[in-house]
Amino acid sequence: MKFTIGWLKEHLDTKKKDSELIEKLTDVGLEVESFENLSSGLDSFKVAKIINTEQHPNADRLRICDVDIGLDNTVKVVCGAPNAKKDLLTIYAGPGSIIPKNNMKLTVSKIRGVTSYGMLCSESELNLSDESKGITELKISKYSDKIGKNFFNSSSEKVVDLSITPNRPDCLGVRGIARDLAAAGVGKLKKISKNNIKKNGSQKIKVSIKKEKNQGCTVFGSCLIEGVTNQESPRWLKEKIVSLGQKPISAIVDITNYVMLDLNRPLHAYDADKINREIIVRNSIKGETFNALDNKEYKLDDDMCVISDQSGVLGLGGIIGGTRSGTEIKTKNILLESAYFIPRSIRKTSKLLNVDTDAKFRFERGVDPQSIELGLSKAAELISEICGGKISNFDIQKTDKYDKNKIKFNLSLFEKITGFKINDNEIIKILTDLGFEVSKKKLELDLKIPTWRPDITEPIDIVEEIVRIKGYENIETLEPEKTKIKDTLNREQKLFHFLQRSVASKGYFETITWSFTDSKINKFFKENLKEVKIVNPISSDLDVLRNSIFTNLTFYLKKNLDRGFKDISLFEIGPIFKDSKPGEQLTVIGAIKSGKVSRLNWNEKDRTVDIFDVKKDVIQTLVEAGYDKQSFFVREKSPSYYHPGKSGSIYLDKDEIDPVAYFGEIHPNIINKLDIKTESLVGFEIYMDYLKENKIKLKDLKPNFEYSDYQKSERDFAFVVDKNFKAQDLIEIISSIDKNLIRSIKIFDIYEGENIPHDKKSIALNVTIQSSEKTLEETDLEKINKLIISTVETKSGAKIRS
Amino acid sequence: MSDIKKIKDEYLNKLDSDLNIESVNKIKTELFGKNGQISNFFKSLGSLPNDERKKFASDLNSIKEELLDKINSKLQEIETKAINSKLENEKVDVTLPEREINQGKIHPVSQVIDEISSIFSEIGFSVEEGPDVENEHNNFTALNTPDNHPARDMHDTFYLDNNKGLLLRTHTSPVQVRTMLNGKPPFKIIAPGRTYRSDSDQTHSPMFHQVEGLHIDKDINMGHLKGCLNYFIKSFFEVDKIKMRFRPSHFPFTEPSAEVDIGYELKDGKIVIGEGDRWLEILGCGMVHPNVLKNVKVNPDKYQGYAFGIGLDRLGMLKYGINDLRAFFETDYRWLNHFGFDPLDVPSNYRGLSR
Repeated sequence: MKFTIGWLKEHLDTKKKDSELIEKLTDVGLEVESFENLSSGLDSFKVAKIINTEQHPNADRLRICDVDIGLDNTVKVVCGAPNAKKDLLTIYAGPGSIIPKNNMKLTVSKIRGVTSYGMLCSESELNLSDESKGITELKISKYSDKIGKNFFNSSSEKVVDLSITPNRPDCLGVRGIARDLAAAGVGKLKKISKNNIKKNGSQKIKVSIKKEKNQGCTVFGSCLIEGVTNQESPRWLKEKIVSLGQKPISAIVDITNYVMLDLNRPLHAYDADKINREIIVRNSIKGETFNALDNKEYKLDDDMCVISDQSGVLGLGGIIGGTRSGTEIKTKNILLESAYFIPRSIRKTSKLLNVDTDAKFRFERGVDPQSIELGLSKAAELISEICGGKISNFDIQKTDKYDKNKIKFNLSLFEKITGFKINDNEIIKILTDLGFEVSKKKLELDLKIPTWRPDITEPIDIVEEIVRIKGYENIETLEPEKTKIKDTLNREQKLFHFLQRSVASKGYFETITWSFTDSKINKFFKENLKEVKIVNPISSDLDVLRNSIFTNLTFYLKKNLDRGFKDISLFEIGPIFKDSKPGEQLTVIGAIKSGKVSRLNWNEKDRTVDIFDVKKDVIQTLVEAGYDKQSFFVREKSPSYYHPGKSGSIYLDKDEIDPVAYFGEIHPNIINKLDIKTESLVGFEIYMDYLKENKIKLKDLKPNFEYSDYQKSERDFAFVVDKNFKAQDLIEIISSIDKNLIRSIKIFDIYEGENIPHDKKSIALNVTIQSSEKTLEETDLEKINKLIISTVETKSGAKIRS
Repeated sequence: MSDIKKIKDEYLNKLDSDLNIESVNKIKTELFGKNGQISNFFKSLGSLPNDERKKFASDLNSIKEELLDKINSKLQEIETKAINSKLENEKVDVTLPEREINQGKIHPVSQVIDEISSIFSEIGFSVEEGPDVENEHNNFTALNTPDNHPARDMHDTFYLDNNKGLLLRTHTSPVQVRTMLNGKPPFKIIAPGRTYRSDSDQTHSPMFHQVEGLHIDKDINMGHLKGCLNYFIKSFFEVDKIKMRFRPSHFPFTEPSAEVDIGYELKDGKIVIGEGDRWLEILGCGMVHPNVLKNVKVNPDKYQGYAFGIGLDRLGMLKYGINDLRAFFETDYRWLNHFGFDPLDVPSNYRGLSR
């Protein structure tokens, strides 16, 4: 909402400095977006007189003008306007000026060999009108003593731009802003002067509001003004319109706009001669069309509030008028509309048709339903003043009364909510200044709410009014209480933060990527999850919610590879989506690793990253999170986006149904399709939701400190087994032979090749044997040795390698 | 006696010369071997008369000790020499690079969430979370923002169905709704998380982070709100003094509502939070609207309190001097490395928030 300080002062009687007013605006909740000196651009335009003209030596149509701009010497300006003649009073723009129409900055320049110091301006160049044929001609009677003075006398005018919150439609008019400031004590709200327009005869065009379900219009006020001479607006009005960055059109349109900006009272002017007999306010019928003033044709749905005549739709009530009944410069008779439209109806229609206008913006938020006559009379007065014409009586059709709403306000509520006290009289004064009718009954106020405040419906709204006008700085700052109701983090949250740092500590960079992604990449990783489309994506390559963390990780990995990085470790912890309902999401850690280990290293040989790098990271992360490695179980099963032979899944226990993690190489087909260029790409995923709570807590585990000081023995074995026999099974077989004696098993070699059948492999392991009761004798060791060999051979079909 | 003295002097002399281990061992055998000279004297002790024996034995023992000491120290000397000369050849270039360790990093947003959780933990708040996909009711209607309300236009919403029933939450406020519906007052929570708006330009990202705060009890008023935020901002920016300004504003779910500005100044083009005469808007807050309380089955006549919502990414940008919001989510390895945090830097109350 833009307005000038001068305009504000038409409503506010104040001696305060501009800076104080600006500060106060912010203090009462009208946020100042900008406060700019309007003159900065416009005070370089001077009233000037052409003293002499001579023909340009090199151009037939150009003249060289000697121009008096109020200085000792005249300036020479090259001008092409046919009306540039001796003694003409016009507007001069010096070098450095910025022409409002095209934002061009003037410089001293040579035009066909003759230097021109500035420019003489047409009205169109100054956005004063569309007149562009010649330079501005100023009336001698008015301007002859003003040569050298600023043409725009608004040189001290400052424009304020407020960001008005949706609850304050009243402040979409200058008067509403003035009222707030007056209540806050920086001035007095001026009374609206009683106008004394003469109204003659009845409004001859019949108006009716059709009784329909969902009728969006409840009051339709109108008056007919006959015999007007529409014309350009007078300067004061043009300047007002221009100062807000809008373009003057014609007196009638400018006046309706002016009243809207002044009082937040949108009006519409019809060319009365173009109305076919009568005005009918009704609901639209599906398929009706009309051409609107924004030069678009709108096709209407059912139940949109339209203003129509016997020929059809004239306009969308409260949103936009139509071209068929629009006023023109030659318009003689006008019908002025001042109506009330229900916000909900306005919002629904404008959303469906995707139209946004000043009127719609205001009606959607709520225009004062009792401002209908005020708006009509203010506009009618101005129109008859400027354009002449005969004003009819006002015709008001209404289906609703809009009495003031009442609230009972318990005075103690103020302190209860804000924590500080102000006295009752001050409360009453603030509310009265804001336009409330107040009567006090003991501890309660009976309030009548001004009709321009549709946002106020209950006592808490009154508290807000009082505290914002009194000032938020009066609220005390109370020391925060430290009482705790619950633990800060629950188990899942603790786990989340722990895993996050645990993975990062293994050399991965944490990233955060968008929860949505490109469906073309997502399809590689989506498995059997449902694709969740975004109806209105920000771009077509961010069109679905991600089904996997890998979708974005691979995308960004590629970007980093393209930046020249080779050995990259990235992870993200966050949501993936199974379906589109709230809660159908899982929290997953996804990590990927590319390139080599020890690349360009002076003392270690480099190698590509492989599945056992990520297996180490994922297992260690789970161990650090408190899970027992001894019970982990690894299966070959893994999602299709992993390499089928080089990937696996981890279960917390052999009997668990859901794996808690996957690890492995990313499927080479996907790497190809995504055009990722790296020596190797591996990754892992941990599904937080499947990480069950540990039954045994650390504090329960710690007291069980058991150890053995008896001598340990180590024995090495090599078994020849089938090639696809799993090491995990071999370890399981051996360790279950005697859990008390067999302390650890380490695989130290895997061998395939010479001396071993081609469908077999040799697994060499080292077994540590130790008793917690005695030092084992050679015979005991021999016994367990034999038992290991025989058990393995029977259970796995392996042969001990001799 | 003179014999053994002679032997002693002779061998001490020998041992002073430059010898190798073998020659020292040979000397040792010559003296103390089975037929060593000293050993033989010990064997002869029995044949001596009683009065002489004692004296001779004592002399012999002291000579033995002296010689053995000399031999051992000679051996040690040779050993040390040998090791030293070996080490001479084992010298490495200690300025060569160490073995590689891959340093991981925590994203600044995660770090900021941990910092904030730590600060609010100190004053009794617990952390709640909610889903990223919300229904229209929790995101808007329950928060006193009905469909026909223009305040909905303040949020550019991503929808997941054509009826606009399912959406990506536009703020963390639906967590308020979920928390209050699932529990009984008092409530004292913060809710950090991802939020989404279909808005993308230099200063807007379609995804960003917020932290929601909610404190509902019997007598929580705007003074508590001010106190809580004052404490939070001071702690977060790790400054003793903070200039804060509460400006009236409007949010459908709070009333009265406020926007909070903090003071700052520019020093060498950098933002310094705390003092100065410039204002920076950092959060929105207010007293929870009675309609919201009614919608979540909390009696507004008995309970009241405040809520606030803060943009987490922006807080992080201010604290750590990050200029570009979009970079947060672009996974540039260089950026992550530069702005990321060591995983061991866990913010906590007792060790301080940051190094």
